Amino acid sequence: MKENYTGKPANRVDGHAKVTGTAKYAAEFDAPNLVHGVVVNSAIAKGRIKSIDTSEALALEGVLEVFTHENRPGYTWLDKHYQDEDSPPGSPFRPLNSDKILFSMQPIALVVAETFELARYAALLVKVEYEREPHSTDFEANISNAYKPKKYKSTPPPDPRGDAEQAFAAAELQLEEVYSHTAQHHNPIEMHASIAIWQEDGSLIIYDKIQGVQNSQEYISNAFGVPKEKVQVYSPFVGGAFGSGLRPQYQLFLAVLAARELKRPVKVVLTRQQMFSFGHRPTTAQRIAMGASPDGKLQAIQHNAFGETSTFEDYNEDVVIWPGVLYHCDNVQVSHQLVSLDVYTPLDMRAPGGTTGTFALEIAIDEMAYKAGLDPLEFRLKNYTDTDYNEGKPFSSKELKECYRQGAERFGWANRKMAPRSMKKGHQLIGWGMAHGGWEAKQKEAAAKAVLSPEGKLEVSCATADIGTGTYTVMTQIAAETMGLPIEDVSFKLGDSSLPKSPLEGGSWTVSSVGSAVKQVCEKLQEELLKVAQKNGHEIFKDAKPEEISFANGRMFLSEAPAQSVPLLEVLALNEGKPLEAEVSAKPAKEQQKYSSYSHSATFAEVQVDEDLGTVKVTRLVSAIAGGKIINPKTARSQILGGTVWGIGCALEEHTVMDNHLGRFINHDLDKYHLPVNADIPETDVIFVEEKDEIVNPLGAKGLGEIGIVSVAPAIANAVFHATGKRIRRLPITLDMLM
Amino acid sequence: MRPFTFTQVQDVDSAVQEVSAEGAKFIAGGTNLLDLMKIDVMSPSHLVDITKIALNTIEETEEGGIRLGALVTNADTAYHELVETRYPLLSHAILAGATAQLRNMATNGGNLLQRTRCYYFYDTQTPCNKREPGSGCSAIEGYNRDLAILGTSEHCIATHPSDMCVALAALEATVRVKGPQGERPIPFAEFHRLPGDNPHLDSNLQPDEIITAIDLPAQGFAQHYTYLKLRDRASYAFALVSVAAALDLEGSIIKEARIALGGVAHKPWRVPEAEAFLRGKEATTENFRRVAEAYLLGAKGYGDNTFKVELAKRAIVRALEQATKMEPTS
Ligand SMILES: Cc1cc2nc3c(=O)[nH]c(=O)nc-3n(C[C@H](O)[C@H](O)[C@H](O)COP(=O)(O)OP(=O)(O)OC[C@H]3O[C@@H](n4cnc5c(N)ncnc54)[C@H](O)[C@@H]3O)c2cc1C
Ligand code: SF4
Repeated sequence: MKENYTGKPANRVDGHAKVTGTAKYAAEFDAPNLVHGVVVNSAIAKGRIKSIDTSEALALEGVLEVFTHENRPGYTWLDKHYQDEDSPPGSPFRPLNSDKILFSMQPIALVVAETFELARYAALLVKVEYEREPHSTDFEANISNAYKPKKYKSTPPPDPRGDAEQAFAAAELQLEEVYSHTAQHHNPIEMHASIAIWQEDGSLIIYDKIQGVQNSQEYISNAFGVPKEKVQVYSPFVGGAFGSGLRPQYQLFLAVLAARELKRPVKVVLTRQQMFSFGHRPTTAQRIAMGASPDGKLQAIQHNAFGETSTFEDYNEDVVIWPGVLYHCDNVQVSHQLVSLDVYTPLDMRAPGGTTGTFALEIAIDEMAYKAGLDPLEFRLKNYTDTDYNEGKPFSSKELKECYRQGAERFGWANRKMAPRSMKKGHQLIGWGMAHGGWEAKQKEAAAKAVLSPEGKLEVSCATADIGTGTYTVMTQIAAETMGLPIEDVSFKLGDSSLPKSPLEGGSWTVSSVGSAVKQVCEKLQEELLKVAQKNGHEIFKDAKPEEISFANGRMFLSEAPAQSVPLLEVLALNEGKPLEAEVSAKPAKEQQKYSSYSHSATFAEVQVDEDLGTVKVTRLVSAIAGGKIINPKTARSQILGGTVWGIGCALEEHTVMDNHLGRFINHDLDKYHLPVNADIPETDVIFVEEKDEIVNPLGAKGLGEIGIVSVAPAIANAVFHATGKRIRRLPITLDMLM
Repeated sequence: MRPFTFTQVQDVDSAVQEVSAEGAKFIAGGTNLLDLMKIDVMSPSHLVDITKIALNTIEETEEGGIRLGALVTNADTAYHELVETRYPLLSHAILAGATAQLRNMATNGGNLLQRTRCYYFYDTQTPCNKREPGSGCSAIEGYNRDLAILGTSEHCIATHPSDMCVALAALEATVRVKGPQGERPIPFAEFHRLPGDNPHLDSNLQPDEIITAIDLPAQGFAQHYTYLKLRDRASYAFALVSVAAALDLEGSIIKEARIALGGVAHKPWRVPEAEAFLRGKEATTENFRRVAEAYLLGAKGYGDNTFKVELAKRAIVRALEQATKMEPTS
């Protein structure tokens, strides 16, 4: 029988390379004559550089150059040449472009030296004088200046339905509150790094930390005016990114610039501190006004978000789409306005908009359930929707009720007492909370190539990325299964800009998009095999149509006559010793447009809160996920666990502190910016409920990178309320709020 | 990081001599100093590696206490049998700090001299009187959640971040140091100092002195103690407030009480008069609360950290309750 690789746990195909250190990350590559660049960042948030004295740095032997706005060679001027695949509308930041300071920690110089140590030392010797201008970084103080962007980065907020204002005013149960969180930074374990090597023929080789090599390729090609074919970008392994690698970061531009001027390969690696000098999840405040009938039917939702952006780009994310996706309610009005501050432009961070919007909406729902005197799960069931009201389309599949059922059962939700402060152990107040969430399952156009060698080895490739999610592994599984080959005979290549076109790795669409392309390219390869067989007059396949043949165990056969199978090697031998190739570009099917596709989650959390000291500990978590077909339950579980850890961080710890006097994020290292540690993470149960979806894409898989985080923070916040009776609407929730 | 020269010494006298050079500093585990050098907060031009000096034992003293060598690692100290059995408060305090990897490198001497964790101290592009005297204090009107509420000055509100030192203060340890003038003992309460007008000075140790050992007196309070550490995550975080509490009980009557607070001041905070109040009293929550009030007399919040005043009081009560009942862990 045919071996099914998908749907079964598989070890990472790159696991061995990773644990033995042979997997190379961007900064680990080398080149002859390589030199090192260290970035100097601005001390002020707004103003201009009055003078920048690099003489002391340059006087050190071994320092090659200090690039600043004063000696940066002139390059293309147009905004569009600096835009990348993930740019929000506006005028992208250009490193070393002028004396103007737009945000604190802006890169203002690159010191290049023979060794890293020397470059780092010389960077300390660069003397900068500034002319300060008053900056504005205080989000709350500037909320009154919020504006509606001319153009939204993502889809504009959905149009109003019904009359939310009037329905709210008329509702018997009313709730109107503001929910907020501060900025958060991605903090992947691998710092951003780039190596640029200009070749004699004017072409360029780049190693970059990025979530899409072709994005870096295009960006550098445009910014430096080099034909795309002459820019080759590699990024075979990425040590986490979470969105921070969606846009090429400034170290890439600086490395290329320096390498071009110095005619030597240049490596620029950011420090952990510098990881706080670019994009972040924006500070956001959300007003929610909600009306319901006494029996707990939602009658009105107003969801109005205010998100931080920079002065030069209009960043926004899908914060306010959730009322229309997650609940049945006929009167909905939403809006998203921006507050422009002297900061770097925010940047998509794991479940952008979903994490933010769901946190607010799902706490509000819990509050409303209490007003209605209904169990929060029952309240949600009462307001369940099978329709995505933003699009006015049915969901292609939605097994959320199964998530509720299985999650609640595993957690023991039925034993919950409604009243806050009803469970206690010693000084610890115990609370149970829940929340649910969704994340869009998108398929984007992606291409793939397959090469089957005369020896029967299959290599499939696409210019996508593996940011730690397991792309290498699942693509290998999909290809092996489709071609009926042993998994050891299959390999997958990515992270190389010359490979077939891929969308950025983000938005949880990689399995859906690239996976579909991989499946289809294998199917195309099968047709090629059939052609070869027929061309050479193979008896068995003489009159066969592509849909009549099957592949398993390295053999090809007519589906109706599996006994008469032929080894692939035999067919390949007919091809005169040449490899067989196929290439496809997989597009979403038309049928998909009639539906809306989302993955769903339900999270149940238990917390303990010390009644005197306010300390919060998450003691139990159950997350049930409906994510379509689960290609690899092992890597899938890791994704959800990772998302859960993120959710705990978001609920209780993550918080970049803006010092408004200095206009600067001030806790810029991992001692002071808290991420959860092992001791914060409880026993976590991940449940994948069965969900069949033949519409979402040819694989029936929905993508899991982001659904794991969205409902965790609100579930914890709701559990904290259940434990203490205190409703906290601001993240992170810290002990001082609860003592 | 700036260039520096490096030398390794084998004995205390050469160490003292080497460190007298301009810009010289000792390096032990390096877990604090190297981090600070990398970000240019400290920039010694000469490093004197003292890790080969034979100050790496823990021994009993003639007075009935024990002597902790300055170069014994935090891990070896915490897990040493004498410490675990006779001074479990110290053991618990050390293990509440940092991580296993850090404790394996960190030394006892270095722990005493670790610098504050004030955010601004770590960012050379911001004003900070401790890092750059006279430049101003960014924290007083800036972000001060982690900072001090007791013994502050208008120039600095930094805290001393050590956990180990809080226990050492409660246990009334003595720091043994040696300089060009010879050896001298420094009572623990006098080792660290308040910021006053000279916030750049953390302790009363002279730049050319080396810590050779820390002596603990005989009484270890092994029957009733607790180290309670409150922080923003369960591990690998500095204390918002910590309490080292030790009681000598006869039935429910307190013969002696020791309380030291961490995370609230420029040094481990003790109020001996308040401790004395408990002497001869019953170990009740009410009495504990009275001591707690007395401990926080004169405390001042700076906005983000104002909650610590009440938190510290509650933590004292909880710690003393736990010590009484012998539930020592936080
Ligand atoms: C991420 C992180 C988290 C941490 N968390 C905690 C925590 O929760 N609680 C806690 O208590 N600590 C914590 N620490 C601090 C840690 O305990 C100290 O860094 C460590 O104790 C310092 O010891 P060391 O030997 O490495 O000192 P070094 O870094 O080598 O030296 C520190 C200073 O002491 C001087 N010095 C060292 N030995 C002597 C000596 N014998 N005589 C005179 N001067 C000397 C050095 O010159 C230097 O100025 C943490 C550290 C880090 C990096
Ligand atoms: S509190 Fe002390 S260490 Fe912090 S900024 Fe002020 S002077 Fe510097």
